[in-house]
Amino acid sequence: MKYTVDKTGYYGNFGGAYIPEMLYPNIEELRESYLSIIDSKEFEQQFNALLKDYVGRPTPLFKAERLSDKYGAHIYLKREDLCHTGAHKVNNTIGQIILAKKLGKQKIIAETGAGQHGVATATVCALMGMECVVYMGKVDMERQKPNVERMRILGATVQPATSGSQTLKDATNEAMRHWINNPTDTHYIIGSVVGPHPYPDMVARFQAVISEEIKFQLLEQTGSELPNYVLACVGGGSNAAGAFYHYLDKEEVHLVAVEAAGLGVASGESAATTALGKPGVLHGSKTLLMQTQDGQVVEPYSISAGLDYPGIGPMHAHLFDVGRVKFLNATDEEAMKAGIELSRLEGIIPAIETAHAFAALKQLNLGQNDVVVINLSGRGDKDLDTYIRWGKY
Amino acid sequence: MHRINQLFENKKDRILSVYYSAGFPALNNTLDIAIWLEKAGADMIEIGIPFSDPLADGPTIQESNKVALDNGMTLDLLFNQIKELRSKVTVPVILMGYINPVIQYGIGRFCQSCEDVGVDGLILPDLPMSEYISEYQDKFTDHGIKNIFLITPQTSDERIREVDARSNSFIYMVSTSSTTGAKDSFGEVQASYFERVRSLNLNNPTLVGFGISNKVTFGQACAHSNGAIIGSAFIKVLGSSDNLESDILQFVKSIKA
Repeated sequence: MKYTVDKTGYYGNFGGAYIPEMLYPNIEELRESYLSIIDSKEFEQQFNALLKDYVGRPTPLFKAERLSDKYGAHIYLKREDLCHTGAHKVNNTIGQIILAKKLGKQKIIAETGAGQHGVATATVCALMGMECVVYMGKVDMERQKPNVERMRILGATVQPATSGSQTLKDATNEAMRHWINNPTDTHYIIGSVVGPHPYPDMVARFQAVISEEIKFQLLEQTGSELPNYVLACVGGGSNAAGAFYHYLDKEEVHLVAVEAAGLGVASGESAATTALGKPGVLHGSKTLLMQTQDGQVVEPYSISAGLDYPGIGPMHAHLFDVGRVKFLNATDEEAMKAGIELSRLEGIIPAIETAHAFAALKQLNLGQNDVVVINLSGRGDKDLDTYIRWGKY
Repeated sequence: MHRINQLFENKKDRILSVYYSAGFPALNNTLDIAIWLEKAGADMIEIGIPFSDPLADGPTIQESNKVALDNGMTLDLLFNQIKELRSKVTVPVILMGYINPVIQYGIGRFCQSCEDVGVDGLILPDLPMSEYISEYQDKFTDHGIKNIFLITPQTSDERIREVDARSNSFIYMVSTSSTTGAKDSFGEVQASYFERVRSLNLNNPTLVGFGISNKVTFGQACAHSNGAIIGSAFIKVLGSSDNLESDILQFVKSIKA
């Protein structure tokens, strides 16, 4: 495949494994073994069985009639919000925990922004009987309280990250530091398509089930497996990677990623990485990064904790670079309105992260025959406080 | 002879290298601290380039990075602060930092600035060896800059030999699997790791870093290597000092005693 990772761990100019020597053995172990483990029959059987019977896959592909009427196109929703734990994140944590077991690890660590990945990790750790520590920015712990308690109910320890902006970036720093201090018995389940190679590829492969299902479901419902558009929101980019994966080489399918513009791209309070970033290195990979002229990482801002990240995965940086994926963005306000609109038109309250993807519908020049798939990556239960505070409904 | 090689030529054991963050505790302390360290008897000096996300560092150095950045520290400013370095300091000086600020500054320009002010070596913990070889090695060599690699208790013998072959100054032996910061003492794991490395009869000398905080840990580290590097413990002294010059003198004396 043209847009996937090369043998050296790069996507064009982006990717690699920029890690301190302390993490080298762990990353090397993963790099050497991930493909042979993932491709084994045994892994595949266990992964597919859990996705089916535990996660509830395949998730439906739902024709949103009222939304379609409103925007004058055929809009289908890939219902990742119906996955166990309420978002696509669990596809990856199921894959990685089976892998961790195969590698003989006893403990799991993770970072989380909105808490969805933390919950998905805590969930699979409970399922597999493994010890779990989740790092979460102190600010995020306050704005995503229900998810903090969900993780605790599931038996995980939630460690507040108190450095920097106390959000996802800092939680990732803390998780990596924990791994440096506990290299032998611990596996780090990264939640997005970020981090050193092979994480971006590994996470993308686990999430690729999303587009694999969209293809056969769309074929069933429309007679073609190819839509005109696939839309997904992007923070680090795991749900977008999954929704785009099997369409990357189908150049006739327009792939659209929607970043969080926060208070506006030019406001200084934004997380729109492709609009504001330059190539740089953070969390183990070379990618597009919001940073000062001096190379210090900028604290991003978005109303949604899951998009509040100053970079994007290296695969997305490459897809942006070569123009394969169109990157749009939506402000807090636009996303909140789109979230309410979806709730009213289709009876689905989306996660605020996901609402950003819906906000981009207005920016596309859709024709009445266009088939549009939106990855409905998560449900909005965890965001009720934010919806209530926003209030305009 | 290159200043780092000269040091190891002249001195075979109990080499003391001290790390601090540029722009900490006050923005303009950078050069003075180097001068005072040499006066106090440090054999080598490591100046940290502050970074917003120092992921190999523990709380003490994270904090000194943050204070330095809040003080307004930048890489441009650092080179400006140390432009008189070589008229004031004779011991080898190494810059230690994360790769992103270096990339933004521009690799070629960075190497030139290092050469201009008389920086002898670089420790860039998140620059992988493969990248170093393909993108950086020639530029570093052209400007007389030594790249210093890290090894850890988890590093295989084979990789240690690879590091040895790629090094031409010294090897930084990270004492424990950890981020930077003080430990109370070294245990059997360290002893057997130090012994394993010694038995490889490497071409390059070694300095032990991470977890060296006082006379005792300095002595333990030196028993198995050519010397040791102190960072966090020194940063703590700087952070609480009312008189930097005398406290630096006192600190170095207490380590070497």
